[in-house]
Amino acid sequence: MSRRNRKLSHISIPELSLVMLIGPSGAGKSTFARQFFKPTEIISSDVCRGLISDDENNQAVSADAFEVVRFIAAKRLKLGLLTVIDATNVQPESRKEWIKLAREYHVLPVAIVLNMAEKVCQERNTLRADRNFGSHVIPQQIAQLRRGIRYLREEGFRHVFELHSPEDVAQLETITRTPLYNNKKDEHGPFDIIGDVHGCYDELCTLLDTLGYQVDKEKATLISAPVTTNAEGYTRFRKPVFVGDLVDRGPKSPQVLRLVMNMVGNGLALCVPGNHDAKLLRYLNGKNVQLRHGLEQTVAQLAGETPEFLESVKLFLDGLVSHYVLDDGKLVVAHAGLKESMQGRGSGGVREFCMYGETTGETDEFGLPVRYNWALEYKGKAMVVYGHTPVPEATWLNNTIDIDTGCVFGASLTALRYPERALVSVPALEQYAVPARPIGYNAASVLSIQQQYDHVLDIEDFTGRQRLETRYGHPITIREENSIAALEVMSRFAINPKWLIYLPPTMSPAETSQAAGMLEHPAEGLQYFRETGITKVICEEKHMGSRAVVIVCKDESVAVNRFGVEGEGNGVVYTRTGRPFFTEKEMEQVFISRINNALISTGFYDTFETDWVCLDAELMPWSAKAQALLQNQYAAVGTAASQALPVVVDALQQAVKHNVPAEALLEKYTRRLEQAGNYVKAYRQYCWPVNSLDDYKLAPFHIMATEGRTYFDKDHEWHMSAIKNICAGDEQLLLATPYLIVETGNEASEKEAISWWERLTAAGGEGMVIKPFHFVSKDEKGLVQPAVKIRGKEYLRIIYGPEYDAPENLERLRGRKLSGKRSLALREFSLGLEGLERFVNKAPLQLVHQCVFGILALESEPVDPRL
Amino acid sequence: MLLTITTKRYPATDLGYLLHKHPAKVQTVALTAGSAHIFYPEATDQSCTAALLLDVDPVRLVRGNGKGHDFALEQYVNDRPYVASSFMSNAISQAYSTAMNGRCKDKPHLVDEAIPFEIVLSVLPVKGGEPLLRQFFEPLGYEVAVQSYALDEQYPEWGLSRYFHVTLRHTLPLKTILRQLYILIPVCDNDKHYFVGDHEIEKLMEKGAGWLDTHPAKELITRRYLRNIAPLAKQALALIMKEEDLPVAEKESKEKVRLHDLRLLTVRDILLEEKISTVVDLGCGEGKLLRLLMEKAAFKKILGMDVSYHALEIARDKLKPDRLPEMQRNRIQLIHGSLTYRDKRLAGFEAGVLVEVIEHLDEPRLAALEKVVFEYARPQTVIITTVNAEYNVRYEKLTAGTFRHSDHRFEWTRAEFTAWGNRVAEQFGYIVTYQPLGETDELLGGPSQLALFKR
Repeated sequence: MSRRNRKLSHISIPELSLVMLIGPSGAGKSTFARQFFKPTEIISSDVCRGLISDDENNQAVSADAFEVVRFIAAKRLKLGLLTVIDATNVQPESRKEWIKLAREYHVLPVAIVLNMAEKVCQERNTLRADRNFGSHVIPQQIAQLRRGIRYLREEGFRHVFELHSPEDVAQLETITRTPLYNNKKDEHGPFDIIGDVHGCYDELCTLLDTLGYQVDKEKATLISAPVTTNAEGYTRFRKPVFVGDLVDRGPKSPQVLRLVMNMVGNGLALCVPGNHDAKLLRYLNGKNVQLRHGLEQTVAQLAGETPEFLESVKLFLDGLVSHYVLDDGKLVVAHAGLKESMQGRGSGGVREFCMYGETTGETDEFGLPVRYNWALEYKGKAMVVYGHTPVPEATWLNNTIDIDTGCVFGASLTALRYPERALVSVPALEQYAVPARPIGYNAASVLSIQQQYDHVLDIEDFTGRQRLETRYGHPITIREENSIAALEVMSRFAINPKWLIYLPPTMSPAETSQAAGMLEHPAEGLQYFRETGITKVICEEKHMGSRAVVIVCKDESVAVNRFGVEGEGNGVVYTRTGRPFFTEKEMEQVFISRINNALISTGFYDTFETDWVCLDAELMPWSAKAQALLQNQYAAVGTAASQALPVVVDALQQAVKHNVPAEALLEKYTRRLEQAGNYVKAYRQYCWPVNSLDDYKLAPFHIMATEGRTYFDKDHEWHMSAIKNICAGDEQLLLATPYLIVETGNEASEKEAISWWERLTAAGGEGMVIKPFHFVSKDEKGLVQPAVKIRGKEYLRIIYGPEYDAPENLERLRGRKLSGKRSLALREFSLGLEGLERFVNKAPLQLVHQCVFGILALESEPVDPRL
Repeated sequence: MLLTITTKRYPATDLGYLLHKHPAKVQTVALTAGSAHIFYPEATDQSCTAALLLDVDPVRLVRGNGKGHDFALEQYVNDRPYVASSFMSNAISQAYSTAMNGRCKDKPHLVDEAIPFEIVLSVLPVKGGEPLLRQFFEPLGYEVAVQSYALDEQYPEWGLSRYFHVTLRHTLPLKTILRQLYILIPVCDNDKHYFVGDHEIEKLMEKGAGWLDTHPAKELITRRYLRNIAPLAKQALALIMKEEDLPVAEKESKEKVRLHDLRLLTVRDILLEEKISTVVDLGCGEGKLLRLLMEKAAFKKILGMDVSYHALEIARDKLKPDRLPEMQRNRIQLIHGSLTYRDKRLAGFEAGVLVEVIEHLDEPRLAALEKVVFEYARPQTVIITTVNAEYNVRYEKLTAGTFRHSDHRFEWTRAEFTAWGNRVAEQFGYIVTYQPLGETDELLGGPSQLALFKR
């Protein structure tokens, strides 16, 4: 009955609905709305008239005002928020628009009718000075309302409430909001999600047994469920969740129904309906359905069952909810999958999608509708587990997985364990049916569907302003102007995004030293960590080369299977901006295979149970990559200075000889000549000719990732020693970095570090890097700098110019500011780690690329490059 | 950083009067980023040398420049303190202004007297090297002696630097020498440390009076002095050039433009022939093709996309879509995008064109471009042009094995382009035909090549 009785004190509406207030002007809609809904939930057509025309009663702008109402309502519904439309809504055509909107966003439309007497309305309007429209208006609206009120259900309203008088309104105490049936966010599992069973009762029992459940196969009941201890230490019973299509084609559909109905009825399992289940229901309800696609078998098998059983099947199937949103919204189960905009919503469209998926409207060569793979474009946060389309193997695609592995067609029955993400399968005992379309039809590539999809990423996911969540730090915002810069660099210079899983962060120097003649000194670096409460640090020699990320796969098939890269060798070496390190591919591959041999000969792959590795390293010599910079800048400045200055000194000496008072100038330029000499000496330290691979040196300092894991939980001593082991495999090419472990606050230990730095830099070294002993360190404010560099006095000459250490220059250079660089280093560090975590957890490439793209974008922030 | 002027004309110390600087003193004048010192290494009646020594402050040099956001490391480590550049011109005009202006209070007869001088510059950067240096000074009558230096003697394979120890000898009035040095030092360097505007033309006219208009390299000198800013150079050249000089220069640049315009016009003709009304120009650059397309009403919807935001800004500046009447404005749109990312905005056009674009991508990344263009954007017609590597032998300036443009990642022969095009057409269901672009050589083909894909 659509028109409820007259005395209502409580009404209840779905928590996500589009509520329409219906009633003539003066019926009290706005007052009613304010009483029962939050102000932000109400969108009033009068308010919108006012917003756009300064006059809430301006009827001339009605069309525009409704556009505003609709726009706001659409935005709210998209976000899944209950919305109240406060307008007269007395004509069916105006209500039609709102029904359409509700359908578009898959929310339920609710009508609350304020069907007041004309007198009440007229009285209220005369009290309001601004409402001076003609007296004919209200009777007209009332007439329109009463003509249409009987048909509200037919118009599409699922809930209709009618109030006839101010007394009715006064009597109403609460409007409660009920969660949708599909909302099971407070069920946290663990679950075992089971693919399409299709009457394969024996296989189902075997699968449940394999998963640890005890089933009484005869009685079709569950005896016990396995328990799992979750991360918080609580023990929970596991729960099977069926993705639907319990029946048809297979040999024992009634038994499957009996078992699942028992389990679901006792709250021990969940089940969503499949299209076959829905068709069976229609058959049982006496609808005219064709006995095809395996329904004929089910019907035959059900022939011996009691009418009571058939009745309970009907009730069970009728009660199934299209899909479930589980575990705080982190998991969605639906028979044919579900796109993000429909998750947790209720509408015919949602139910349809859940059971049949989407089709393109075309039919293929087998006469079957061509399915549109919604999962290709899925970018939602929730994991979606589904069945419906048999696949040769359950594989992840954008955090969704189809677990229908075609048991009834003779393949296997598969379960996905959640949250473990582990797949468990049992083989079919026999082939019970022949698929109309071969399973895995169209799967011609050796690459997975995810890898094929990842060939080209969608520009939408990277451009504009981006906000990236990171597990090691705060969320990071990438500004639009920076993503513009990154797009250009990425498109023009970077390597294949499938290789580009990590970019190293920038590194800040320690606070500026005040010691005479110094700009940087280890004392400040040690002080920084001491003050952040880090008691143990590692000092590593800083090599002067170019930062390089090296990915090595054991063989080319690993590059194909794990990275989805075909025909680009079995590894890659790239720079800190994602460019290929070697211009010649052959050279790169020889380089990779040298490292690969070292990894093989030192047993790395076995020890680490992997077939690939990502290393963060320094590649020397500097002159190999920075040739242009060296020649055009460093050598050029060196030549100009060392050729001009002797001529100047000579001229000044002559002048002094002739008693011109130029002694001060002579002294100054003599010093400059000496500084120029030191400058040339400084850059030459880091140049040597590269004629073959043997002239390179690679010094890895972090093992970033291998299959299935990262190494951010390991301390730097572990990294150094693991790397030392690898270096033993090719001492010509690989270089283990010398290091020193230092206790901050321990004077002797700090002194040792300082004198080591002095020795290193005196011998022409670039300097050292000080890192907290643990890879990821935090203080009360968050992440601590993962590394600070302390560069040598002579090395800084090539950064700050030949004469930087003249006292008057040094004094001014000490005004440098580090905070921008520091903040950048932290943001890049946490993004870099996030990207790798995503990669090892097999996230879709776009999520990995977002991090890498973000780092490149951050690199375009203006920061003094001398830091 | 050092400029010395020596004379042996008796009495040589007259140089002190001419320069208005006392030989026994060291004098200092302030410059924008530092100072300059004037002193005499030698001052006898037989031989007198005046030295002008730059004292550029490297730290202030950076700070003064700090407005721009161009944070390239090069900015901080640079040769400016050690060379003769526009800083030296600045120093000349500050330290020797009296002499350059032709005033000499005590011995006015010296001003116009041609005196034998020896000028030494240490060191002078010359973009273009010794031949250009001689081309600038020798026509003025200077005897030029040059010493060149290796970039780094420890690495001879790095080649020669652009710095020279230069000795110039000539007999001229000092004011003329100073004016010529004032102009030619920054011209050799081909750079300026300050903003160049209209005022710079006045300086050129003033200091160049009497010698620049007859100098055979006057055009190059003018362009370089004005930092190759085309509108300024054009303005100055109009003042300097004699009537008959002009057409030659314009004709040359016209010929240069012709090949690229031809490419664009050919593309437009094909689009018209194919009755295309909606086009996406993938890699539109500064919008030359877009402008040609806008001229024809047949093109109802034109989208220009480029990966370079800077190029797009120039295109926007040239096309001024915001200022077009509404009907015209709605025909054209410019977007920032990339050919290696899938982009919904590129779909739904009848034709897509890529004029000289693919060769700017590393070959392995072409796989992504193919999918973006032929699978996702998927216009009915695709036109792709690229250079024809075989034709490169016709370019005299191009050394064998190098590319026509420094950003080219590959240049294909006709066979290579055809092989690629055929494979792409096959894979994505298009039919492809090829044609040469530009003046065709019987053996080598055209300078560029075009592939027309249709489905």
